[in-house]
Amino acid sequence: MRVALFLTCFNDTVFPETGRAVVRLLERLGHRVEFPQGQTCCGQMHFNSGYRPEAVPLVHRFAEVFAGYDAVVSPSASCTAMVRDHHRTLTGVQPPQVYELSEFLVDVLGVTDVGACYPHRVAYHPTCHSLRMLRVGDRPLRLLRAVRGIDLVDLADADTCCGFGGTFALKNADTSAAMLADTMQRVRQSGAEVLCAADNSCLMHIGGGLSRRRSGVRTVHLAEILAATEPAAAPAAATGGGRR
Amino acid sequence: MTSRQRVLDRIRAALADVPADESAEAAPAPPPSAGPAAAEGSADHGYRRSHAGPDPVGQLAERIADYRATVTRVTGADRARAAIGAALAERGVRQLVVPPGFPGELLPEGPWRVLGDEPPLSRAALDAADGVLSTAALGIAVTGTLVLDAGPGQGRRALTLLPDYHLCVVREEHVAGDLPEALGRLDPARPLTFVSGPSATSDIELERVEGVHGPRTLHVVIIAQPDAAVRSGR
Amino acid sequence: MTAPQEPDRSNVVWLGAPAFPEAARAALADSQLRANLKHATGTIRDKRLAVTAELDDWEQLREAGAALKRRTLRHLDHYLVQLEESVTRAGGVVHWAADAAEANAIVTGLVREAGAREVVKVKSMATQEIGLNEALAEAGIAAYETDLAELIVQLGKDRPSHILVPAIHRNRAQIRDIFQREMGRWGRPAPDGLTDDPRALAEAARLHLREKFLRATVAVSGANFAVAATGTVGVVESEGNGRMCLTLPQTLITVMGIEKVLPAWSDLEVFLQLLPRSSTGERMNPYTSTWTGTTPGDGPQNFHLVLLDNGRTATLADTVGRQALACIRCSACLNVCPVYERTGGHAYGSVYPGPIGAVLTPQLVGVEHAASLPFASTLCGACYDACPVKINIPEVLAHLRARVVEAERARHRLPTAEALAMTAAAGVLDSPRRLAAAQKAAALGSRLLARDGRIGALPGPLHGWTDSRDLPQPPAETFRAWWRRNREQP
Repeated sequence: MRVALFLTCFNDTVFPETGRAVVRLLERLGHRVEFPQGQTCCGQMHFNSGYRPEAVPLVHRFAEVFAGYDAVVSPSASCTAMVRDHHRTLTGVQPPQVYELSEFLVDVLGVTDVGACYPHRVAYHPTCHSLRMLRVGDRPLRLLRAVRGIDLVDLADADTCCGFGGTFALKNADTSAAMLADTMQRVRQSGAEVLCAADNSCLMHIGGGLSRRRSGVRTVHLAEILAATEPAAAPAAATGGGRR
Repeated sequence: MTSRQRVLDRIRAALADVPADESAEAAPAPPPSAGPAAAEGSADHGYRRSHAGPDPVGQLAERIADYRATVTRVTGADRARAAIGAALAERGVRQLVVPPGFPGELLPEGPWRVLGDEPPLSRAALDAADGVLSTAALGIAVTGTLVLDAGPGQGRRALTLLPDYHLCVVREEHVAGDLPEALGRLDPARPLTFVSGPSATSDIELERVEGVHGPRTLHVVIIAQPDAAVRSGR
Repeated sequence: MTAPQEPDRSNVVWLGAPAFPEAARAALADSQLRANLKHATGTIRDKRLAVTAELDDWEQLREAGAALKRRTLRHLDHYLVQLEESVTRAGGVVHWAADAAEANAIVTGLVREAGAREVVKVKSMATQEIGLNEALAEAGIAAYETDLAELIVQLGKDRPSHILVPAIHRNRAQIRDIFQREMGRWGRPAPDGLTDDPRALAEAARLHLREKFLRATVAVSGANFAVAATGTVGVVESEGNGRMCLTLPQTLITVMGIEKVLPAWSDLEVFLQLLPRSSTGERMNPYTSTWTGTTPGDGPQNFHLVLLDNGRTATLADTVGRQALACIRCSACLNVCPVYERTGGHAYGSVYPGPIGAVLTPQLVGVEHAASLPFASTLCGACYDACPVKINIPEVLAHLRARVVEAERARHRLPTAEALAMTAAAGVLDSPRRLAAAQKAAALGSRLLARDGRIGALPGPLHGWTDSRDLPQPPAETFRAWWRRNREQP
């Protein structure tokens, strides 16, 4: 099976550690993963902002770059949803089969215990696109429950949007900030030291708020928890601040 | 050009994408469902024809009571008449509206004046009445609904609207399990009122208050046939 | 896709309403409003979930509702002509109104013809949309709202902020003050010593409106549905004020959007299950009235049905956007929307607030007149899951955003700053080489802005991010650089 990693332009630039974690994880599970260098962006930002013509070349590029792979795996639920739900609308071309990471692990590889170890108190935030567009259901939670040493705590009203919404965070900064404030309160009430999700964009938003308030809660992508094996290893830094 | 023509022309222009040979009745139907309703669902929609439980009458009683209405279940006309009499006495009714065609065997004697609607009562007289005693065309078990269709014992709609107390009798044989069956048994040409509990509002801080403009108190008497009672061991 | 019409925007978009972000800012500062909304939407959400979970075929019912609406809209002309025939046969009179001004003129003329100087009204979105009360007032006719919340809004010289509970932004103390101050100027004053107990307030409304019901000769209503095959029109309500208006007056005038027509009587078996459960979270609402034309000796002897376009055909012309016309006004999308829950309805500047308003209003009035609304959403999708007729609101929002951008492009000879940035980004992102260069530049630039790996303040239009959040400093090495160092064969 030829597997390609679609990392997304955003992760490539801001959260490369998530990409490295996917590579480590899949290699540990015995799969070789390729990173086609021609990949850039799925066009989600342009599409969701109303700039459809600008998204079209990106969609064509995506189809060309990932043609010929048996599966494409991505650590971004929202970009996976963009490919699955809108690429064909934009160009009429059937896009390559893209799986969000938890879908790929559970449905394609058939594993829930990936041999990870992560001795921390973690709350999982199901991002809107993973929940309501991809319908990943409880796959991420099943993967997390199998992690050794993890203390998984509940997040109240977990299916509520965190307020990121892409350009919404800028165009409607006040409303976005109000939603963020409520999200952070739920995170604090959960008692978690780490907030985990399948989308770094939402985590950047929540983590940025937690960092501004010096809350001490870190945000970590699902891939990085599933890739972790050393109980003594220091967990990755918060996405709101600090390098990984 | 008339507005009628203008609006219809706009609609036809807007629907240019609809194939000319697609008939209104045969436009794309929903996909047949393999869901829970597949066994007893209608062929074209795949939803259940009924959500009623094994005891629709009991379900009706329970669900009317959920709306904070009073429900009494009795067997036979004599007991029904006694229950109605007791309810009216307890309420202290003095002026009772009884629509034309209300069954005589269900009308108790009591210290109230019966107001028939022949000749038609004025709005003021209806507003001043203490209560109204009516039948219902049918009950709907799943939703706890009574339907009035202006038939015998119900009269015109104003009679069951203006008095503040509505005592409504429904016979068990008139209980439909669910909406699809009920709608099939109703005649849409008649003015219909679906009543599910007393009037209510949640407009103030979403706190439910029963009784705004319609009758503030609803009392429903469900009457079983004597032979049915023998069958069900009641 | 052009609609050869300029709909009358009278009240769909409120005159002088600011764009959504500005209006939202004001609403967000109102802590009382935030508390009211949080409590209210949470309460209805829970009730709706409980009663929809009771039906194990809820998804099939939604699908059926969506399919019925789709079919009806695809043949709207056919069903409207059929409805007109049926209503006429049953003794009613059907009028067609291309826009708000025409609808208002028709209703005003009918009220005058009936010799009335006042009307009682059933809660109706359509008559709000066309600004009927204002038009009647100009003609010297008083229009009395009889739904409790609409009464609160009317007495408070206010705007509705929710489709189902229009006074959701008011609390009990505010309502008591409005009743005490205003009721006497409209009719029977509020009782002495009125408390703010909801029961007492509802009782005050009952007494205040009872005299109006008893003397009314003309009523105006909207409609939840009208059945083409039978000519039956229906109103779904809770309080009984609808029954009063539909039963007691001699003349009934119903203003109905053309999209409300349904093919058959039996179709109600779907919508009378979907609507109450989605709307108030009840198995059935207290009162539903249906009538077919006129009935000798029972209820109004003159019935007029006004079929309203007012931008609906323009909406119908958009093959993606037309699904918004399937809306049955249940308000479930408002109650699950995280944006609505925080801003309330007034921020949308329209009689149709919330997610459905964000897709309906721009289509009814033209996107250029409500350009901020399609962006007033995070596209979280909660509305689509809640919608009983499966309107894919996120899909329509994204589609309308594209229409807004197109309209902007057509309007400006020079591209906006945003358009320039988006075009530049697209150019960078379409080339791995340019992307790598940009990543390098970003890493360098961020070094100037970052402290301790955090960026606390961004320049220019990006300050909206750093006003309330830090930004992580991009790492020195991108993934693609790491991959080349560690995985690529030399």
